[in-house]
Amino acid sequence: MQPFSYERPESAAQAVNAASRRVRDGTTPPSSPVQFIAGGTNMTDYMKLGVMQPERLIDINRMQDAGLNKIMVSDQGIRFGALVRMAQAEEHPAIKSQYPIIAESLQLAASGQIRNMASLSGNILQRTRCEYFREITWPCNKRRPGSGCSAMEGFNRQHAILGGSDECIATYHGDFAQSLIALDATVEIVGPKGPRNLPFSELHRQPGKTPEIETVLAPDDLIVAIHVPALPWAKRSHYLKIRDRQSYAFALASAAVALDLDGDTVRDARIALGGVATVPWRSREAEETLKNRTLDEAAAQEAAAAAFADAQPLKHNAFKVELGRRTLIRALFETRDMKV
Amino acid sequence: MGEEPQAKVLTSLTVNKQPYRLALDPRTSLLDALRDEIGLTGTKKGCDHGQCGACTVLVDGTRVLSCMSFAVMNDGRDVTTIEGLASPSGELHPMQQAFIDHDAFQCGYCTSGQIMSAIGCVNEGHADTDGEIREYMSGNLCRCAAYPNIVAAIRQARDATRKV
Repeated sequence: MQPFSYERPESAAQAVNAASRRVRDGTTPPSSPVQFIAGGTNMTDYMKLGVMQPERLIDINRMQDAGLNKIMVSDQGIRFGALVRMAQAEEHPAIKSQYPIIAESLQLAASGQIRNMASLSGNILQRTRCEYFREITWPCNKRRPGSGCSAMEGFNRQHAILGGSDECIATYHGDFAQSLIALDATVEIVGPKGPRNLPFSELHRQPGKTPEIETVLAPDDLIVAIHVPALPWAKRSHYLKIRDRQSYAFALASAAVALDLDGDTVRDARIALGGVATVPWRSREAEETLKNRTLDEAAAQEAAAAAFADAQPLKHNAFKVELGRRTLIRALFETRDMKV
Repeated sequence: MGEEPQAKVLTSLTVNKQPYRLALDPRTSLLDALRDEIGLTGTKKGCDHGQCGACTVLVDGTRVLSCMSFAVMNDGRDVTTIEGLASPSGELHPMQQAFIDHDAFQCGYCTSGQIMSAIGCVNEGHADTDGEIREYMSGNLCRCAAYPNIVAAIRQARDATRKV
């Protein structure tokens, strides 16, 4: 591992200042010589692999700003402090009862130990598990811009069928992000110019011509909180995750669903898809298909078809089109049938 | 804190109730600090990438992967390893005893991680059913596949386990 120096600021403002001092022009957040570290479950892994080579690590775990380690649930919604651990959030009684989609998306992720360590803000910024990205001897446009994409003609079973480009088809693997994008979450950021809020749906960038740029954040932008606006009907919400193993595996396909029902008729719906896209993926097409309709087999089939209408499968991941549709259909019915 | 990448960082750890003050290269994982600096080799290095669970320890009472944390990040923390479970008189922790009673290992390489994780799993309140034990222990791999016996051991120790 490349040597690095280490610092442990006591506030978010100090952390941002520390990062700003070492930001270098022309570096994207992933390639920046200065990196924030919280739980470390993603960063240490990629540093050991040589994928990330920071010269300085800023340990943000001891920042003292109010609310960084707290979950606040009110009539306005939820505020998750950036340093809240996944396990804390999944166990929160009000989140389990009022926003089951969030609790489930966390509980089905990673392992018990990792969820005890990983911060929520780090979780949403987790980097892809694309095998060619992780192994530094392969060409990879995300890791080494312009070197080519090994997955395109390689073994691409895990890769994305939505939101890809000719340069990159690496999957965004997170689960929590799917519930956040479905619930219209926002992130609170502190940067060198002060605080700002950003819709979660605008945080991640599709790869396009620049897969090395994964978010709209600058290297010295720090997420300090995640807000989820109140949505009373999110009581009827559910996260379904389909994977090779029953536990401790990334999704091959997942669906985050919330339904506002009047009897069997859908008044409103929120749908996001995991394991199939390059970024957290909201399917407004599927949502629109369902509105003001009875949620029966035909409606669910149509919604699923709409969700994957633009899918671009490759040699080994074509199965994800059908798997993704079936995952969504099952999630819709399981959500409809919830006793709330 | 270290200004130069080569600078060692002074780090205080309490491990199994013993205080240690170490000058560490920031690259040292908590796992390597325990094994190579302190000499507690009961915690095992399996994959070193957070995939196998062999390195599980308790930090401030919570189970974590010691390979995925730099030791300097744990400054001031309280670490419990497999060596810290038995009482000073040598009486085994109920989870250790249960693993013996149920023959919950073959080669034993994953066992310290399994036991530390099992204690965490019980303390977290996720050992009510076999299904729940399997789910919440899924981050600990056993390539000898002693899983049925591990589940049986956790079931036995569940009620007897004291918080450590």
